[in-house]
Amino acid sequence: MMLRGLWKLTWIEIKIFLREPLGAFGTIGFPVLIFLGLGRAFARGQAPSSFAATGFIRVGLPVLASILISLSAVLSLVTIISIYREGGILKRLRATPLRPQTILTAHVIVKLILTACSLALMVLAGKRYYPVGMHIPFFSFTIALLISTWSILSIGFLIASIVPTARFAQPIGAVILYPMLAVSGLFVPVASLPPALHAVAKVVPLTYAVSLLEGILRGDAWSTHLSDVVALAVVFVVCTGLSAKVFRWE
Amino acid sequence: MHPVIQVSGVRKTYGPTVAVDEVSFEVNDGEIFGLIGPNGAGKTTTMECIEGLRTPDRGTISVLGLDPFRDVYKLQERIGVQLQQAQLQKRIKVWEAVDLWSSLYRKKAVDGENLLKQLGLAEKRGAWFMNLSGGQKQRLFIALALINDPEVVFLDELTTGLDPQSRRTIWDLVRGIRERGKTVFLTTHLMEEAERLCDRVAIIEHGRIIDMDTPQRLVDRHCPERSVVLATDDPVAEERFRAIPAVEAVTCNGGRFTIRGRGDDFVTEVIRCLSENRIRVTDFRTILPNLEDVFLKLTGHSIRD
Repeated sequence: MMLRGLWKLTWIEIKIFLREPLGAFGTIGFPVLIFLGLGRAFARGQAPSSFAATGFIRVGLPVLASILISLSAVLSLVTIISIYREGGILKRLRATPLRPQTILTAHVIVKLILTACSLALMVLAGKRYYPVGMHIPFFSFTIALLISTWSILSIGFLIASIVPTARFAQPIGAVILYPMLAVSGLFVPVASLPPALHAVAKVVPLTYAVSLLEGILRGDAWSTHLSDVVALAVVFVVCTGLSAKVFRWE
Repeated sequence: MHPVIQVSGVRKTYGPTVAVDEVSFEVNDGEIFGLIGPNGAGKTTTMECIEGLRTPDRGTISVLGLDPFRDVYKLQERIGVQLQQAQLQKRIKVWEAVDLWSSLYRKKAVDGENLLKQLGLAEKRGAWFMNLSGGQKQRLFIALALINDPEVVFLDELTTGLDPQSRRTIWDLVRGIRERGKTVFLTTHLMEEAERLCDRVAIIEHGRIIDMDTPQRLVDRHCPERSVVLATDDPVAEERFRAIPAVEAVTCNGGRFTIRGRGDDFVTEVIRCLSENRIRVTDFRTILPNLEDVFLKLTGHSIRD
């Protein structure tokens, strides 16, 4: 019975998402276009033989794009949850036998599907138009991205629990999430950060997501990144636990 | 008749504010029961405690023999709820909302398409929620409240913000719910709505119930005064009116008289006086007190203040 409700709610939320003006394009198409555009710009500006340049194009940029896809899914979740709360939609759903967890699960599933679709589109488009082509272990990389997104979504829930109004949801979310990118090791390796930032990087969940995604993209075995997966799982447990305490339904 | 809702000694506070205090009442099977009072009187808080959406600080509540706190999921299977100022997803279609809601209940839902037809929403089934009018939205919320064929239906400020015509349509629909043998518990700050719809009402103010009965009995108890307004140019009329035993006051304003008195025989006596004295009148109206006056009498202020 609850599965029937979960499936219905998930399916309807997907349809509603696709009806949003700019919904599908803004969250799926746009990041992919940026990714292709940046890739081409970089390839043109750098000597093709430069190791640093090809490293960034082969690994850095795809990981950056994937993380951005994941972050945009998280921000969209934060916004939707706060709009639903402000409009009384969450409360109305809660006045049915639907379990609260089921409502939130449906939204997480929608965002994970969205992330997977964006990634698939990026890889397909990348194979054809990306300057160096996309040679990624697709299955492992998808799993790695879904684990990362799942973990970051729990941070999203925590943000959604504390933002005062829907109007501030997106900006507050962005201000919390995007700066994490700076110390995540994506642009500068964590090891070469100044000691103070080094400590910050250690507690920023994106660091582990970046490390996992880069590793899987380079073809590392899962076993060498167990610590990243464990760290992401810890983030999920902590944030979910905290938001269960402070989440407001209305 | 046996009570389907029993509320006893309920108190609910939000921080230092006491929203509801010592509230007790019973709602009988098959009646439309109204909780009436101004905004902020504690109507919604009381209703949401009964629906299991809030937990009272003190007191006991039983709905269909269930505890709304402990048995909330069992209860929600058997009740239908319309919340004040609720919204749905902007771009959900009418039929999708009905379809979604019917999948949320364990027991077999009523035929959604049929329900939409009865509520006059059949031709709007493919419309987005955001494009519905206020009245259509409320009718959709009624549909969602009825989808699980509930035994008790809760309606919170159902017609607030609607134009008079949509309001009348909704009133007919609510009477229809009672005719299907369901119990209706509603809140309103519109006295006319309470008077026309409710079998019994409880008047609540500052979180306390100040009286409870059928609308007619409340009027009879608190406002036995009657008034007759009439127009005449007969010079001896005023003198004659003052001689009527049940009359308490007569005021005259350029040929228009307002005669006040009390008791069921008052109007008859005025008419008899007119006919015995052959007083020719060009206008004659009786003014009977209503719930609005009862509220004013009990609280010292109008419900709109």
